Amino acid sequence: MQGFWGRFIGNPRVALSLAWLAFIVGVAAAAPLLAPTSPFAIVSKPFSPPFGDFLLGTDSLGRSLLAGLVHGARTSLLIAIIATLAAVAFGTLVGSIAGFYGGIVDDVLMRISEFFQTIPSFIFAIVLVAILAPSAESLVIAIATVSWPPIARVVRGEVLTIKAREFVQAAVVAGQRDMAILMGQVLPNALSPLIVTGSLLVANAILIESALSFLGLGAPDLMSWGFQIGAGRAFLRDAWWLVTVPGVAILLTVLAINLVGEGLNDALNPRLRDQ
Amino acid sequence: MSEVVLTIENLSVALPSWADRAFAVDGVSLEVLHKEILCVVGESGSGKSMMAKSVLRLLPEPHVRVVSGRIVYGGKDLLALLPSDIRAVRGGRIAMIFQEPMGALNALMTVGRQTDEVIEVHTRMRPAERRKRIVEVFGDVRLPEPERILASYPHELSGGQRQRVMIAMALALEPALIIADEPTTALDVTTQAQILRLLKELQGRHGTAILFITHDFGVVAEIADRVAVMRQGKLVEHGPVSHVLRRPQHEYTRALIAAVPSLTPRHVARNGLVQSAERSLLSVSGVEKTYASRGGRFALGRRPVPAVAGVSLEIGKGRSLALVGESGSGKSTLARCIVGLERSDRGSIVLEGIDLAGLSRAKMRPYRKALQMIFQDPFASLNPRWRVADIIARGPIVNGTPRRTALDQAAELLHLVGLDPKAANRYPHEFSGGQRQRIGIARALAVKPKLIIADEPVSALDVSVQKQVLDLLDELRTAFDLSMLFITHDLRVAAHVCEEIAVMKDGVIVERGPTSDIFAEPQHQYTKALLASVPGRDWQQQISATRN
Repeated sequence: MQGFWGRFIGNPRVALSLAWLAFIVGVAAAAPLLAPTSPFAIVSKPFSPPFGDFLLGTDSLGRSLLAGLVHGARTSLLIAIIATLAAVAFGTLVGSIAGFYGGIVDDVLMRISEFFQTIPSFIFAIVLVAILAPSAESLVIAIATVSWPPIARVVRGEVLTIKAREFVQAAVVAGQRDMAILMGQVLPNALSPLIVTGSLLVANAILIESALSFLGLGAPDLMSWGFQIGAGRAFLRDAWWLVTVPGVAILLTVLAINLVGEGLNDALNPRLRDQ
Repeated sequence: MSEVVLTIENLSVALPSWADRAFAVDGVSLEVLHKEILCVVGESGSGKSMMAKSVLRLLPEPHVRVVSGRIVYGGKDLLALLPSDIRAVRGGRIAMIFQEPMGALNALMTVGRQTDEVIEVHTRMRPAERRKRIVEVFGDVRLPEPERILASYPHELSGGQRQRVMIAMALALEPALIIADEPTTALDVTTQAQILRLLKELQGRHGTAILFITHDFGVVAEIADRVAVMRQGKLVEHGPVSHVLRRPQHEYTRALIAAVPSLTPRHVARNGLVQSAERSLLSVSGVEKTYASRGGRFALGRRPVPAVAGVSLEIGKGRSLALVGESGSGKSTLARCIVGLERSDRGSIVLEGIDLAGLSRAKMRPYRKALQMIFQDPFASLNPRWRVADIIARGPIVNGTPRRTALDQAAELLHLVGLDPKAANRYPHEFSGGQRQRIGIARALAVKPKLIIADEPVSALDVSVQKQVLDLLDELRTAFDLSMLFITHDLRVAAHVCEEIAVMKDGVIVERGPTSDIFAEPQHQYTKALLASVPGRDWQQQISATRN
């Protein structure tokens, strides 16, 4: 039987997506080398079309679109990944405690997570950023705050089923402490759905970040894809590339992450796919 | 010579490339004759179910598929039929009964409607006629008040009743052949005995041929006319039941028959029952445990379900007691209370003078060492992400043994339970069910307990493996001077390992005594029923008579 990596990389959609993501991460990491000047610097006359002096042209203030795109990749990925990590950590904590202890603890924690889930998440994120004042940190906080409840539910469900398995009872009988059982026996077995949900969450976080930046609620001193679209939208008919290029970047990246997430799911649960 | 109903010719079924062998069924030829019960016997993985499924083309294609051979019914090769034609055969001419009736019935439809559907699809009967027919077959399978059962949903019926409904559905159209795939394995012994009797009787009355798949030679002895023994996809022996069971020709058949636990108690209680308190290790008195059934979040009032209703028992040092009962008798709940996985509502559980009942999980921890448990399901009881050595060493490490020493001891224990010490560095999924159960036993022994509670430790294993594990447990018990509480539903298993038996029913112990006495002269009505239900009892007694 093929191993996990064989099934994962062998999937052509996953291979293509991973290549694209590796490219984006490479660009984001090398941003200061690829575009040494600040992405906010005015380098040429406004609205110069692509493939002229600048590969992707310039925007309404004469800023290089390519420099913005490269630095924007950095902002979007960093914020999305940090926000997702925070959401996964908090969601796992809440979900595992709720699932493991059950009873009243479970009821309270799950009602709280439902409270968060009933608020429309994007509006909630807008409100949070507005209250906290736009900055990179408040974007991370807002995205993490609206993203953790699904993680908590997934982890709780997994913990509930694993907790009932006999090897957990064997650990209780052996005299292990609750925390050791939770960390050592239960959570490692809940890892695969968590990885899948977490990877899909990154895509979602990129979308929220872009949407907030589009509305002008992004970090003011950081260039981002959403901000570029927001700034270029008034000139859609005169300078189509201002909106299209960052839009395609978001589309491809989100699509790639979703495909990788789906590929992870197929590779981790090979049986599900055949049915 | 009776006529042939179904002919299987040189059938081969291929397995996917990642399986451990190429063919699930490898060149099997069989005939099912009119009015006979043909039992196909084999261990798990012998291909017996795959063979049965290929008759009605129910194989999980494309991974598992028939590669060669013919299955002839009524002059036609079933394997070559069009999908529309095979549907007419399924249910209509050849019916199937599955192992797990709850899974085979639709939970959202009344059983009457489900039976009705079968008749509706295959005949042109009018609704009133169909209803009459359903009431008739429900009566035929001895379902009480057919009219009431008709309108019930599967969850409202007991396991035995559900299986009767399945049989009624199979019989509704008077098929020429019924394929029964382990139809009694999921049932209690007493229910199993009733269902077997029913099948035999119906088969005689309706003249239906039955292809009966089973792993239990006891069941074979009860109902079979002819037997076919399968091993690793190949037919090793077949013939009339009297020949195969009395004078097995093939070595494998002989080994399988020898592995069936005998009804003769092996252990005679030495110096009578435990009387003096100082020799007693565990004494349980008046333990009660009641579950509040939660009808749903908004349900008003909770219906208490008593699982254990006042049980007292005593286990002496170095003794073993079998707690025998059917599912729902409360035997597992009692075990879980003793080992501290549940807290009893009332009563005391005294281990060497210390009352463990009512201790919190933290206070219980120092006493955990003395009580260890062996679990039922060898596939669920080992953490799939841990190496075997870590699984076994965990207990001692938690109890303060240095890691190095604990790992060394784990390797020794592996040797002791009959596994290669090299197994220590591998993961549980690399082992078979029997080997995993050995690992589970090693884990229980690692903390040097005084009492081992074994909760149905062999019920998930094949007969031949079962015997090896039972013998191992017996050996270790003497070697380590352990006491054992052995939970089982199978009197044969109890007779094999324990010198004393307590029979439990509806949360109370109805009879208790030395194994030999209980087998010779059961007192309670229920114990008598249990003993009478052991499949293949007469056959076993005949064998043991000839052996002695």
